[in-house]
Amino acid sequence: MELILQQMPVVIRALNTGFLQTLKLFFITLLGAFPLGLVIAFGSMSRIRILSLSARLLIWVIRGTPLMIQLLIIYYFPGLVLHRPIWGGGESGRFLAASISFVINYACYFSEIYRGGIQSVPLGQQEAGLVLGMTRRQIFFRVTLLQMVKRIVPPISNEVITLVKDTSLARIIALQEVIWAGQAFMKGSHGISGAIWPLFFTAVYYLIFNGILTVLLAHLERKLDYFRI
Amino acid sequence: MTILEVEHIQKSFNGTDVLRGISFSLEQGQVLAIIGPSGGGKTTLLRCLNFLETPDRGVIRVNGAVLFDADDPATLRESQIRRKRLHFGLVFQSFNLFPQYTALENVKLAPELLAKERPDYRAGRGAIHAEIEANARGLLAQIGLADRMDSYPHQLSGGQCQRVAIARALALRPDILCFDEPTSALDPELTGEVLRVIRGLAAQRTTMIIVTHEMSFARDVASQVIFMDGGRICEQGAPREVFEQPREERTRQFLSRFAQE
Repeated sequence: MELILQQMPVVIRALNTGFLQTLKLFFITLLGAFPLGLVIAFGSMSRIRILSLSARLLIWVIRGTPLMIQLLIIYYFPGLVLHRPIWGGGESGRFLAASISFVINYACYFSEIYRGGIQSVPLGQQEAGLVLGMTRRQIFFRVTLLQMVKRIVPPISNEVITLVKDTSLARIIALQEVIWAGQAFMKGSHGISGAIWPLFFTAVYYLIFNGILTVLLAHLERKLDYFRI
Repeated sequence: MTILEVEHIQKSFNGTDVLRGISFSLEQGQVLAIIGPSGGGKTTLLRCLNFLETPDRGVIRVNGAVLFDADDPATLRESQIRRKRLHFGLVFQSFNLFPQYTALENVKLAPELLAKERPDYRAGRGAIHAEIEANARGLLAQIGLADRMDSYPHQLSGGQCQRVAIARALALRPDILCFDEPTSALDPELTGEVLRVIRGLAAQRTTMIIVTHEMSFARDVASQVIFMDGGRICEQGAPREVFEQPREERTRQFLSRFAQE
């Protein structure tokens, strides 16, 4: 116990650095996947067959395979198989590859949630907009969107909280996120080696961050409580 | 003055004929009541007039101008259909108010969006919005909801919702206001307040087409009645003729069933 307390400051500093990378990956994934998911959702609902088929094929492949495999393929395939290492070396290359994998993966999950949300808005809402001379665009942004958002906040919250923990999968391509930073103390890092507790301790970071997110998302849900659908 | 002419409208869904050649005309300020059994094509007819369905055949003219002609592809262009819809207003059976907006916002939304297309919008923005707001408040007061303007639809009763929906349709000043069974989704206690608003509009000589199962209301308020069955107009005429001396056996059958209830 005394030893742990002694090691604590060094470990915390290292884990903080790792968690910063975790947070970066988390926010970039959301930033990319929220809009891309909407594009894929519209694609999958499109009346143009080739568009809806390719969107559904993408969703099937991405949701049907583990994110870990997707990370490995996206990171290693260009360099090892095509002999064109497009990611560059080092941490920034790994981060770019991880970001792209996560954005595509989460966009596919979000797109299905969006699709459900859009399709659950009664057709009468759209028709009311049409007979009032609104354009389809206006109907989507002024009528459908907020009703859809209200419906999808709970399932999206679920995905967001899962994403916090899924970022740890980026460890597989040695992205220096918080798990990687914790594990480093086993082999030796910052003058500490053979310590397993830092790895266990990373759980606290996830737990606290998810606690904050849960409160924020519940707040958003309450904010949308002023109307009923 | 003839405001609406409908000629030989036909519509089928997947091979089932729903409208089999509907023709009628309507004078400015008249109220047309359409009665008939469910599945007779009444709703589809209203939806065709509002361009929610495209008829397979036929012509629709408003104020003498051809709005729709199944044989003239130029009248089917999506971009123009939006503008043409504005000749008609439609009040739905299920209200279809926008739940995230207050009563006042529901009435103001479409006029505000349309105002943005006006060439003088930038210059006269403030005045235009003030006018839309005043008009919306006036309409809500007229239908007796002056004190519920800031309520959301879920805070209103069905009858109040339907009255807001009527105000919303009126806000765009349509030439012809259509009602699709406006009281069918309401408790019997609440139908009265909605019918009263429609009666008030008739007294102001608003041109209306009302699909309804409220026979006594149709008889009172309508200047013309059409009885539809099987996608055809079986009988039409003044309410007194259709309700009291129906010529067709089918009309008599239908009306007697209502009389028994």
